[in-house]
Amino acid sequence: MKSAFLPLFLAATGADGSVKLHLAVVDYLILSIYFAFVIGIGWVLRKYLKTSADFFESGRSLPAWVCALGFIGANLGAQEVIGMAASGAKYGIATSHFYWIGAIPAMVFVGVFMMPFYYGSRARSVPEYLKLRFDEKTRAFNALSFAVMTVFSSGISMHALALLLNAITGLDYNLCIVGSSLIVLVYIYTGGLTSAIYNEVLQFFLIVLGLLPLVLLGLQDVGGWDGLMKHLQTYSVAHGMPGAWSHSWAQMGDAKANPMGVEWFGLAMGLGFVLSFGYWCTDFLVIQRAMAAKDMASARRTPLLAAIPKMMFPALVILPGMLAIGLAQKGGGLQLPLSANGTPDYNMVVPAMLAQYFPNGMLGIGLTALMASFMSGMAGNVTAFNTVFTYDIYQSYLKKDSTDAHLVKVGRITTIVGLLLSIACAYTARQFNNIMDMLQLVFGFVNAPLFAIFLLGMFWRRTTGHGAFFGLLIGTLSAMVFHGLTLPVGETAWIKGGWMGAHWFFTSSMAQNFWMAICAFVGCFLATAGISLATAANKTDDQLRGLVYSLTEKIRDHDTPWYGRPAVLGGLVLAAVFVLNLIFW
Amino acid sequence: MHLDVRIPLGLLFLILGLILVCFGFMSDPAIYAQHSLGRNVNLLWGSIFAVFGVIVLLISRRGKS
Repeated sequence: MKSAFLPLFLAATGADGSVKLHLAVVDYLILSIYFAFVIGIGWVLRKYLKTSADFFESGRSLPAWVCALGFIGANLGAQEVIGMAASGAKYGIATSHFYWIGAIPAMVFVGVFMMPFYYGSRARSVPEYLKLRFDEKTRAFNALSFAVMTVFSSGISMHALALLLNAITGLDYNLCIVGSSLIVLVYIYTGGLTSAIYNEVLQFFLIVLGLLPLVLLGLQDVGGWDGLMKHLQTYSVAHGMPGAWSHSWAQMGDAKANPMGVEWFGLAMGLGFVLSFGYWCTDFLVIQRAMAAKDMASARRTPLLAAIPKMMFPALVILPGMLAIGLAQKGGGLQLPLSANGTPDYNMVVPAMLAQYFPNGMLGIGLTALMASFMSGMAGNVTAFNTVFTYDIYQSYLKKDSTDAHLVKVGRITTIVGLLLSIACAYTARQFNNIMDMLQLVFGFVNAPLFAIFLLGMFWRRTTGHGAFFGLLIGTLSAMVFHGLTLPVGETAWIKGGWMGAHWFFTSSMAQNFWMAICAFVGCFLATAGISLATAANKTDDQLRGLVYSLTEKIRDHDTPWYGRPAVLGGLVLAAVFVLNLIFW
Repeated sequence: MHLDVRIPLGLLFLILGLILVCFGFMSDPAIYAQHSLGRNVNLLWGSIFAVFGVIVLLISRRGKS
C-alpha cells in the first residue's frame, strides 16, 4: 500500500544550507484537491450571478461571519505570513504591536463608528463615498491612486512568492506566476466577489489549521514557552538589548533599546493611529468585504468579529519567527540559512520550519496554506481593482449610461486586465527591483495622509471638497518633504530618504516611516481644516445626510441582545487586547 | 439563495483529513522520527482536519433544516 504515494522524498534543509522542500505525490495530491475546490466554488457560484451588484458587491447578501473571515483573509497574504514570521525573528514579540495597537483598535473603530456611513450611504466603493461626501476630484484622485496601487502590490507579492516557491520547491517561476493567476482569474471571473470571499473563508481555515501544528511542534522542541523565553533572553543579552525579544513594551522607552529602533510615541501615534487606521478604515480592499454584508448590523459586526481571530494571529505568524531564534540558540536543530550579506535570511523562517517539522503529507498542507495565502492576497487586490475601475473610472468617466449587463462584462474584462497588469509588474519587479521600491515609496506618500480627510469628513460637516482635495495633496507633499529631509542612521541618501539633504536622523527606517506618517497626517489634517474654513461649503445638509455623523440618525440597537451590539462587542475586543498588551508587556 | 460556504469548507477538510489519515497509516514511521519529534502528525492532524470537516458539515445541515 505504501507504493500508492511513492516515490517518497523527505523534506529537509539542502546540503548547501539553503532550504529545500522535497514534495511527494501525496503533497501534490493535496495541492491539486485544494485547487479543484477553489475553482469549483467559482463554477458553482456562477449561476447565482445575475447583476453587477452580485458581481461587485455579492448582492449585499452575506452573513457577518463569512464577511469577517473574508475581511481578514483578504489581508492574510503570503507577505503577511512570511513577513510577520521574519519580523518575529528580527524584532521578537514587539512585532505584535502591528496587531495589538495597530490593527485591532482600528478594526473596532471602523466597525463601531465608520461602517454606518460606508454601508448606510448609497456608495458602492470607498472612492464613491468620497464623491458623495466631498466632490468629483477627490474621488478621482483616490480611485486612480488606489487602482494603480492594487495592481502594483498584487504584482510585487506575486513576484516575491514565485521567487520563494522557486527557491524552496524548484517549481518554475513562470509556472507559479501564470498558474496562480489563472486560478484566481477563473474563480473571480465566474463567481465575482462572492467567490473571492468564499475562497478567503477556505484560505483562512487552511492557513490557521495548516500552520498551527508547526507552532506546536516548534514549541515542544524548544522546551515549551519557558524554554523559548530562556533562549530569547540569552539571545537578547548577546545582542546588547536584554529582554527585547520577549517583551512588547518594556524596551520601548528608548529607540536604541529595542531592535525595531522605535520609541513608544512614534510607535503609538505612527503605527497605532495613523498607519493602522489609515489602512483598516479607508482601504477598499478590506472595506469591500464588510460592504458585502446582508444588512447594516452584519456590516458593523464584520470588522469586530474579524478582530477576535486577528488578535490571536501573533501566535500563528509571529511566534514561528521567535521560535526560529530560540531553536537556533538552543542548537542541534533548526538553523536559518544565511543571506548574501552574511546575516540570517529571516524570510526563510516559515520555509525552514516547514522543512524541519513537516513530513510529506503535512508538508503538502503547509505548502497549500502558503499558496492559499498567496492567492487570497492576490484575489483581494483584483476584486477591489475591478470594482473601483468599473464603478469609479469606467462608469463615471468613460461610459456613463452603461447597462447593468455591460458593467458585469466590463468587470470581467477588468479582472483579466488587472491580472495581466499584475503579471507585468511581477516581471518588472524581477528586472528592476529599484523601480518597485520607488513606487512603494510614492504610494506611502499618497496613503499616509488619507485617514485625516475621512476623519474630518465623517465627523465635521464643515469639511469641504476643496479642503479634502488640497489637504490630501498637502499631506502627500508633507510626507515627501519629510522623507527628503530625514534619513535612518547608516543609510546613504536617496531612496531611503535624505534626498533634499538629511537634517534629521532616525535609529531605523521603521521609526522614520512612523514619523513620516504622523507628519503627513498632521499636514493633511491642518490643511484640510484650514482650507475648509476658508472655502464655501459645497454640499447642503440634505446631501450630507447619512454621510456625516452629526447629520445621520443614530442607529438604535436596543432590540439586539447585548452581546451582539457593536459598541459592546468593540468594548470587549479592546479590553481583551489591553490584557494581551499587559501580559506580554 | 447562495451556495452555503460551509459545504465546500467541510468537504475540503474532510477529504484532506482522510488523505492525511490514510497516509499516516501507510507511511514509514522513520519520517516522523526525522521530522515531527516522533509524532505521527499526519494521523494526528489528519483526524483533527476530518473531525473539523464533519462538524462544519453537520452545522451546515442543521442550519438548513
